[in-house]
Amino acid sequence: MSTEKEREPLFSAKNLKLLREPLGENNPITVQVLGICSALAVTAKLKPSVVMAISVVVVLSVSNVIVSLFRKSVPPRIRIIFQLVVIAMMVILVDQVLKAFAFEVSKQLSVFVGLIITNCIIMGRLEGFAMANKPWESFLDGVGNAAGYGLILIIVGFFREFLGSGTVFGYPVIDKIGLYNIGYENNGFMILPPMALVTVGIIIWIQRSRNRNLVDKS
Amino acid sequence: MKQFSNRYIFIFATVMVAIVALILSAAALLLQPLQQKNAEIEKKRNILASVGVEATEETAENLYDQFITGSFAINSEAERVEGADPFYVDVRKEQKKPLEEQVFPIFEASLEDGSKSYIMPLEGKGLWGPIYGYISIKEDMRTISGVTFDHKSETPGLGAEINEGWFEAQFVDKKLFEDEEFVSILVQKGGAGEDDPHAVDAISGGTITSKALESMLYNCLVNYVEFLKKNSQ
Repeated sequence: MSTEKEREPLFSAKNLKLLREPLGENNPITVQVLGICSALAVTAKLKPSVVMAISVVVVLSVSNVIVSLFRKSVPPRIRIIFQLVVIAMMVILVDQVLKAFAFEVSKQLSVFVGLIITNCIIMGRLEGFAMANKPWESFLDGVGNAAGYGLILIIVGFFREFLGSGTVFGYPVIDKIGLYNIGYENNGFMILPPMALVTVGIIIWIQRSRNRNLVDKS
Repeated sequence: MKQFSNRYIFIFATVMVAIVALILSAAALLLQPLQQKNAEIEKKRNILASVGVEATEETAENLYDQFITGSFAINSEAERVEGADPFYVDVRKEQKKPLEEQVFPIFEASLEDGSKSYIMPLEGKGLWGPIYGYISIKEDMRTISGVTFDHKSETPGLGAEINEGWFEAQFVDKKLFEDEEFVSILVQKGGAGEDDPHAVDAISGGTITSKALESMLYNCLVNYVEFLKKNSQ
């Protein structure tokens, strides 16, 4: 890498890579296999999946920026505590805002918003990226990783709601098509958490069969 | 790696905690009125739902004022108690007090067809967390006119079905009393007989939640038995 002081454009190729990679070849859920537990818990319906995805984008991008701004003044000995405090603060803020402006959704997500704190993706990015990079790069990295997480959440949420309840965003698609009349039944299994794991597994399988580089050599 | 003195670390930590505390308390104070409002609207919607009035977030307040014409609280002897606004009585907290000190809220609903109902809050323990709801009883003080249930964390697709329309609809027109004896409503595994006035079908796969709901109904309504008997004559 060159050491010249020339200002990098905001969306240089390198920066765009930060956004793009976590969506595909370095996806936090399907490749790094992080954040699985919340992916299982909130994806029974599409709407909570989307809200959860947005919440994580907000929490991760803002925490990344805050941590990155303070990366030089945080004493290394208490950096993990610092990161935790930042995450916890953001999560509480998101939770409070949801309760005030999206009450129905916050009721559905209930305890899982609070559990964003324990989402390993977030701490992983703070410690692994924001502590060593400038705020703008950290912001992009946060948005990218959270979006990669959210993308999988939404895909899983779509299939679980569609196959399990026969609806999409609460709209009774299968009923409207008239599939029930010819003997189709919702698969109640899809609503249970284990099927989220299977769905994530199928996504991983598809991704790896298309991109051989991701397959472990051992 | 840059070295930081202990003093710096202490100051850094203290300032950090103070700033975060400030931000969080500011947010909590600013958003509190909105959150309370949401909780109240939710409660009004649930109360209305138990008498079969569907309200949205926007219409809840107006419909509540229109249909809920009165509210009062009684004690375990069925005497009216003054003081606390029944709407703000926290039933879960009441249940932890000794019986003599508990108060039981009742809401009166006057519906469009001229009939009156009495609505009582229900509060109990489900399989994974609290379950709650409202039951409305017709003027004869014997017959259920409607119920609404909700839950915090019952199993989706199984116990969580208690807040579904098909389950709640079963309770309509069931009787709480056999002659003069309080029998509550049984939630029966394997299905209740069609003409059984005191039982409804349980949820398959949700037996524990169903049983919990049954005991919630009994435990909450038994405190109203005196009141119901007194006012039916």
